[in-house]
Amino acid sequence: MDKNINITLKVWRQKGPKEKGAFETYQLKDISQGSSFLEMLDILNEQLVNDGKDPVVFDHDCREGICGMCSLYIDGHPHGPDSSITTCQLHMRKFNDGATITVEPWRSAGFPVVRDLMVDRYAYDKIIQAGGFVSVNTGGVPDANAIPIPKKDADLAMDAAACIGCGACAAACKNGSAMLFVSAKVSQLALLPQGRAEAARRAKAMVAKMDELGFGNCTNTRACEAECPKDVSISNIARLNREFVKAKLQD
Amino acid sequence: MWLLNSSIGKKLIMSISGIFLILFLLFHMSMNVTAIFSEEAYNWICAFLGSNWYAVAGTLVLAAGVVIHILYSIMLTLQNRKARGNDRYAVNTRPKNVEWASQNMFVLGLVVIGFMVLHFAQFWYKMMFAELMGHHAVDLGGTMVSTTAGAEFIKYYFSQPLIAVLYLVWYVALWFHLTHGFWSAIQTIGWSNAIWLKRWQVISNILATVICLGFAFVTIVFFLKACL
Repeated sequence: MDKNINITLKVWRQKGPKEKGAFETYQLKDISQGSSFLEMLDILNEQLVNDGKDPVVFDHDCREGICGMCSLYIDGHPHGPDSSITTCQLHMRKFNDGATITVEPWRSAGFPVVRDLMVDRYAYDKIIQAGGFVSVNTGGVPDANAIPIPKKDADLAMDAAACIGCGACAAACKNGSAMLFVSAKVSQLALLPQGRAEAARRAKAMVAKMDELGFGNCTNTRACEAECPKDVSISNIARLNREFVKAKLQD
Repeated sequence: MWLLNSSIGKKLIMSISGIFLILFLLFHMSMNVTAIFSEEAYNWICAFLGSNWYAVAGTLVLAAGVVIHILYSIMLTLQNRKARGNDRYAVNTRPKNVEWASQNMFVLGLVVIGFMVLHFAQFWYKMMFAELMGHHAVDLGGTMVSTTAGAEFIKYYFSQPLIAVLYLVWYVALWFHLTHGFWSAIQTIGWSNAIWLKRWQVISNILATVICLGFAFVTIVFFLKACL
């Protein structure tokens, strides 16, 4: 049964990108275990506003795990201690009464802190802009049987497309590498005939942009895969490596 | 040049040089195991791989492989630390499925190189290098030993408990390095998928265990022989 718990929060507070940040400790009483983690932060912010203090800034939008806006590095895990979910899907029943919860922003040179727990994730958008699309005019909706696609390929492409670009992979990676994200975006298109035509150009352009933006080099630790809220597999990274090397050898 | 400029290119250099060094380790291990069965055969191999032109050429290629592997590891590690940023997490955890070795490859590599220097001073410097300098016998604990009498070197060094233990520690570090290194190299080349990833990891463990047990076997056998 869900009950009400008292918790201690250690939250990273930072006034701006250039300012020095530090942890602040807050006490919260009677938090329902049925509330979500973000609702708990809403309660904290209400308490802070009532005390005349600045509320904690954090990213969030859909609150149903599909938009990729929420972040937060909770107790050493991107998107918290539960697996295969985003922060907005995390509930307080995952925490015990009297627990101290440490909340940090994504830490990666590619994602500079904007304020408190909010980081700048435009870097991922820039990688998509470099080639994560199909540039032909697709016209109207074609018949489902017009282009036959094997079920296996369709499934793999769909699994890769589940990536919501939240940045947990680079946040979890000790090398600050964005390879899981880039590999998912390259895979979701390379696996399908519509995306195949531009596969070589896409792999080269997206990897070049990823390197240019200062993301690290993958050493296959698998931390990204373990922390990914959408369970994107590192077999996508093998596919990206394959696509990239193949494209370069063809030049 | 994409091989030198791109992140995947640089990692490809790491994986191919790494696989090359693993092949050498397999050879070196097989060669050492020979010494258990026949010291004569082992000495014959040592003479064969002494200061002959092909052995020297082979050594240079091998040295190039080692140097490239180390240089690129330093380059990539520095880049990765920079990509991580200046602020570190206050709470760190290692998720399930993440091998300890995979996050400590650079440190393990440093340990392996450290022992390699010791190994070179004890064997290579007094064998191939001494021969290249024109000596045919070197002083080994008070007695003069031929530079091609590899078995004498093994017996001399592995009879000393401290050295034997140091070598065993070396093999353990190497084991951790290889269990991650091999499948990771294959993954970087791109020869992996959801099914083969698991297979490569098992092959990695077997390969690392065979190599390290082979080396450890020789060390332990010669230490025990010296005791008895």
